[in-house]
Order: sequence, then C-alpha cells, then structure tokens
Amino acid sequence: MYRSQVLICGGTGCTSSGSMDIKKALEDELKKRGIDKEVEVIRTGCFGLCALGPVVIIYPEGAFYSRVKVEDIPELVEEHLIKGRILKRLVYHESIEQDRVKSLDEVGFYKKQMRVALKNCGVIDPENIDEYLAFDGYKALEKVLTTMKPEEVISQIKKSGLRGRGGGGFPTGLKWELTAKPVADQKYVVCNADEGDPGAFMDRSILEGDPNCVLEAMEIAGYAIGATKGFIYIRAEYPIAVKRLSIAINQAKEYGLLGKNILGTGFEFDIEIRLGAGAFVCGEETALMNSIEGKRGMPRPKPPFPANSGLWGKPTLINNVETYANITKIILNGADWFANIGTEKSKGTKVFALGGKITNTGLVEIPMGTTLREIIYDIGGGIPNNKKFKAVQTGGPSGGCIPAELIDIPIDYDSLISIGSMMGSGGMIVLDEDNCMVDVARFYLDFIKDESCGKCTPCRVGTKRMLEILEKITRGQGTMDDLDKLETLAKEIKASSLCGLGQTAPNPVLSTLKYFRDEYIAHIVDKKCPAGVCKALLQYKIDDEKCRKCGLCARSCPVSAIEGKVKEKFTVNQDKCIKCGTCMTKCPFKAIDKK
Amino acid sequence: MKTIQELEEIRKNTLDRVNQRRDRNTTRIVVGMATCGIAAGARPVLLAIMDEVEKLNLKDVIVAQTGCIGVCRLEPIVEVIRPGEDKVTYIKMTPEKARRVVNEHVVGGKVVEEYVMHIVDGKIINDYTVEKD
Ligand SMILES: Cc1cc2nc3c(=O)[nH]c(=O)nc-3n(C[C@H](O)[C@H](O)[C@H](O)COP(=O)(O)O)c2cc1C
Repeated sequence: MYRSQVLICGGTGCTSSGSMDIKKALEDELKKRGIDKEVEVIRTGCFGLCALGPVVIIYPEGAFYSRVKVEDIPELVEEHLIKGRILKRLVYHESIEQDRVKSLDEVGFYKKQMRVALKNCGVIDPENIDEYLAFDGYKALEKVLTTMKPEEVISQIKKSGLRGRGGGGFPTGLKWELTAKPVADQKYVVCNADEGDPGAFMDRSILEGDPNCVLEAMEIAGYAIGATKGFIYIRAEYPIAVKRLSIAINQAKEYGLLGKNILGTGFEFDIEIRLGAGAFVCGEETALMNSIEGKRGMPRPKPPFPANSGLWGKPTLINNVETYANITKIILNGADWFANIGTEKSKGTKVFALGGKITNTGLVEIPMGTTLREIIYDIGGGIPNNKKFKAVQTGGPSGGCIPAELIDIPIDYDSLISIGSMMGSGGMIVLDEDNCMVDVARFYLDFIKDESCGKCTPCRVGTKRMLEILEKITRGQGTMDDLDKLETLAKEIKASSLCGLGQTAPNPVLSTLKYFRDEYIAHIVDKKCPAGVCKALLQYKIDDEKCRKCGLCARSCPVSAIEGKVKEKFTVNQDKCIKCGTCMTKCPFKAIDKK
Repeated sequence: MKTIQELEEIRKNTLDRVNQRRDRNTTRIVVGMATCGIAAGARPVLLAIMDEVEKLNLKDVIVAQTGCIGVCRLEPIVEVIRPGEDKVTYIKMTPEKARRVVNEHVVGGKVVEEYVMHIVDGKIINDYTVEKD
C-alpha cells in the first residue's frame, strides 16, 4: 500500500518543460529519505493546464503544484511528503482557499469542464495497461463481444448522436452502418491521428494519456463493421504518442486483447501503426489512405467513399482519435447518457486546445453548447496583461474567426458554421487587440499555400494568388478592388477545389473580411495597421515631451537609425529604421511609440 | 493471454492502488508529522497504521500526514475522520495503540475512548503532567 501518490504530467508540454527530470529527482529524493516504499510516483498523460507546467499533483490531498523545478524537490518532499504540509509557495494559487486545498473540480479551470474523452488522461499511467483495466478498461469490448450483435453496436452509436470529431462532424453511427453494409473479403478500420491544424494537440494528448481507449474503440468498430485489421495513421512528429501506442499495442497483445481469439470469443483484430511525415493534406481521408498504401499523399475525388472503396479498394472505416475516445464510454454508460450531454444536434463533449492570448493555455473538454465566454473567461482565465479580447480562431486553416461581439455563441457544430467558422478538430486560438486580423488571414493562407498538394489548380494557384493579394495589403499597397478580387477568388476556390483542403482554405479570409473589414480598409486607405503588426505600415517615433534625451535608444539601435545628441533631441531616421522595436523596449520612459 | 476472469482480477487489484488518486468520501487517518511528531515517534506509528490497513485489506481508507497539530507535548497524535462524523484526536500514540485504533475505530466504528484527547473548559484533562503543576 502507498500512503501517498505523486502524479507527474508526462504529456508533450510538460515533458518539454522538464517533467521527466523532476520525476527522476523526486524518485532519488524519496530513496534518500527512505520513503520510496510509502510514496508512489506515477507518470500520467496531460492534466490540461499546460501553461503552468510542469504540473505535479499529490494525493490523497489532491494538491496541485505548478511550474515545479528540480531545485524545488527536496523542499517539496520535506514539507509535503514528510511533514504533510502543503507547500504553499508552489501550489497553484487558484486551487487554495483559506489555507484549504480545493478539490480540483472546484478550481475554475476544471469546474466547467466535463471529461469524457479525456476521462483517464492525467489519472492513469499510460504505459501500464493494468491501470487502464482498473478504470473499466476493455470492459466495453468484453460487453460488445459477449453480449451484443454488430447491428446492436451500430444502433447504440447511432442513438448516442455522436458526430465525427475530426472536423466534418459526420454522424459516426451512420458511417459505421455504411461501412458495415458492403460485403467484402477484407475491411479496414483506420484511426486518423494526423492532427495537422497549427495549434491543435487534442489527439496527441489523448494518445499520450490514454492510448488503450483508442485501441479498444477500434476493435469495437472492427467487430461492428466486420473488419479484422486496423491502422493508426500518426505523424512522426509525435514521438511520445507513438511510443505509448506501441507499448499499449504490445501489452494488449500479451493479454490477448488484440490478435486472434480475443477474450476467448473467436474475434480477431490486429492494429498497426503507420507514421506520416506531417503534411496537412494527409489528414484528409483519401490522401491519408493513399499514404498508408505507400503512395504519395494526395486526395482523390469522392465518391467512391471510403465506406465502399477505401484502403486497397476495400470498405474502410475512418474516424478521428477523439471520436474513438468516446466509443467505450457510450457502450458502457449507454447511448442515452451520451445523448443527454450537449445540445440538440451536437451531443457529448468536445476537447479544445486553448492557445494564443489566454491565461490558461492548455487542453480543455467542455459539453457541447458551452459558450465561448465561459471557455475564455471561466476556464481560460481571461486575456493576460489587461489586453482587450478581439476574436477567437477555430477550425484552423479551414475555419474562421469569431469576433468579440459573438462571445455568447454556444460552441457546437451548427452554430459555428452559421457564423462562418467551424468546429474543426478543436484548435482554439485567442486573439487580442495586438493581433492584426489581416495578418492572421495571411498566416493561414501562407500555411495553406505551402500545404496544398498541387493536384488541382484552384487550390494550387488560387491560394497563392490570394496570398499575394494579402501580402500586398499588409505592405500598404492594396486597393479596394483587391477586396472584391479576394472574395471572387475565394468563391471560385471553394466551389472548384478537389478536396476539403481547397474547399475550406478561403474561410479565414472570408470570415475576417466579414467581421473585420474595417481593418482591411485601414491598411488600404489609411495605410495603417491598427494593431501595430504589419511592419511596412509602422513608424517608430519619439515623443519629444516624454523623451529625457538620455540617448539610450540611439546606443541600442542595431542599425544606428536614431540620430541626435544627448540633452538635445533624438529622431528616428525612417529610411534606415528596420522596425525591430529594440528602442521601444529599451526606453525607460516609454517615450517611443509605434504607429 | 488472459481470461475474462483474470482481467477482472487485475482490475480489482489495480483499482485499490489507482483509486487513491481520485477525490472520494473516505475515512482519513492523519498522523501529525512535524518535527515534534517525528521526534516523539510518529514514524513507527504511521508505518504501523499503513501496515494494519494493508493487512486488513481496507479499501476506503486514506492514510495521510499533516503538520504540527499544535499540542506538541501530546505527540504522536493521530486523527481519525470518518465521513459524516466528528474528528477524533488520539494522543500519545504508539504502534500498538495505533493498530487498536485501526481495528476498533476505523473498522468497528467504536472510538477507543482511553486514547482520546478530552477537552473540558478549554483544558486538556487527560494531560496529567499539565494538571499537576
Ligand atoms: C485538409 C484536411 C485535413 C484534415 N485533417 C484531419 C486531421 O488531422 N485529423 C482528422 O481526424 N481529420 C482530418 N480531416 C478530416 C478527415 O478527412 C475525415 O473527415 C475524418 O478523419 C473523419 O473522422 P471523423 O468522422 O471521426 O471526424 C481533414 C480533412 C481535410 C480536408
């Protein structure tokens, strides 16, 4: 028996901020103090509060320590684990109230969340299948194999109302039914773990924190549609997730939970991992399947749909990681339980990777229908540095921007589409007054231009032309005609591109044009960038009234663009200035402004 | 290859260990482990409690430690908090006394009165050394 358990986050975020060094230091210290037999140290998946990493939670108290450093370990062991006192200096300030440690559910960040897909993340050791088993792991598979017919499984998933979490929101049960229908000697189950949206890391966190739940769901899907073989397509840029998946597959095989005659029922299923090289287009299902087959990752027209002709021409079911992560819970808790969460047309929860100008950067899971306001202020802790909230970008390069005035919109598939954005896979990037919306649109198009596979002309050439126009505008050389041109091009590209990449690529431009047209106009007519981002439109200027003529700016300027004499006057030579901003940060009197 | 029964066995055995990581409504046995407590012999008391809890295979029990409870001369101090009941404070504990508390109070629900700290009119009356002077 252990009297205390220390959970250390082993997600990618915390690992890169040194959590594994902390684990080692902690284990050494526990040994040194002779209490290593009383205190257990467990590496888990992501707790969600990545901004505060590395995160350490100590039970039974449930004390949540943030930004822990190796140097803190001796004190932490001495105070908390030997003397049993919460080390207040390190405890996440929001989790403590009048010297009492609040349970994590009471902390703002967690209070409004509901963990379904992430249920085990941050709780179990992802490299130990026994811990997964302890939390009802593989019970759903057992239930399905021993008590349900394939049609019953499909009808449960249909009844739950689950829709695909990979972006499109296609009803999952219907997709299973369509793939179950065709008769074939071989069928496949594919898990889409490509996760190419910039800023998104939901799927990675699920695979790092609870790889077995995806394996189990793929087996259930295999049973339902009549497939014996599964592939997980994951980008090689996710080494921790790949490693934990491989460990999970091996452990599941050892226990007879994968392979032949699973659980003694005669059911057979095998899963292989396929590594992708990290191209955005390879997340598109037909390109992904080409890539698995060893061909170049390019999409093909649909139909035929994968359900009829997928991998090697065989009926193939393809779902997203998070979609799978919901399956076992639906089977165990019932379709009605799931259908009761969320809104009328969007059931269940959605995981978002919260990033950008937000206090609590990290991973959150909320019931569908939660408003943007709740996510940003109650869970996300608001915008740092007293800046003004401007917009949220959802859906990555396929999505759009939601402006501040729509902050009370409920987050679900249909509301987001109705305002010109989309759920996407779950990236959510918060923008404040310092973000230029034209520049944001330019960023996504620049990404798209690089990631377009080149197979169809509208996407290959059209997105490049759009990008050129945007760049022209950010340089202050745009005309009002350009805005019409952008809109026309956008319409053409959406209507004529081969795959979802091109069909959605103009969305970031269209949505910013819709909600932030005045910013475009400011760039074109006034030759100004209101947020102060577009360099070509900025001028650094010295305010003579605030300036104390110390000359620090002139000495700091890397290109000697500031001219003048100490105690007299300084000015910025705009021809020489490279707009690096050094003078502005150096000035002790805040006398330099960019406009 | 594991059978369904064997998997169930693994689930049960692992759950006891893993379940401590969730916030629950359980009995807490808290041992005062500040410098005073440790000097007075709190560590063997703590180990005895853990050992007894494990021996009796108690599920819903947490053994935790705390800092100085404030009456250092009465250490080692052990507090038992059962859900929905008042906290009971045991003083001058030894490993043997502690095992009795686990058996009679934590398991049996009967407070071991003779070790309990009693406070009457703001005075701790079972602290005889203080009463004398
Ligand atoms: C350009 C592009 C990129 C995509 N990237 C992903 C991705 O990274 N992950 C994903 O699950 N789906 C992605 N999709 C959606 C897939 O094509 C497919 O719809 C999805 O995997 C189906 O699973 P679901 O029904 O469970 O959502 C992408 C689609 C497009 C057009």
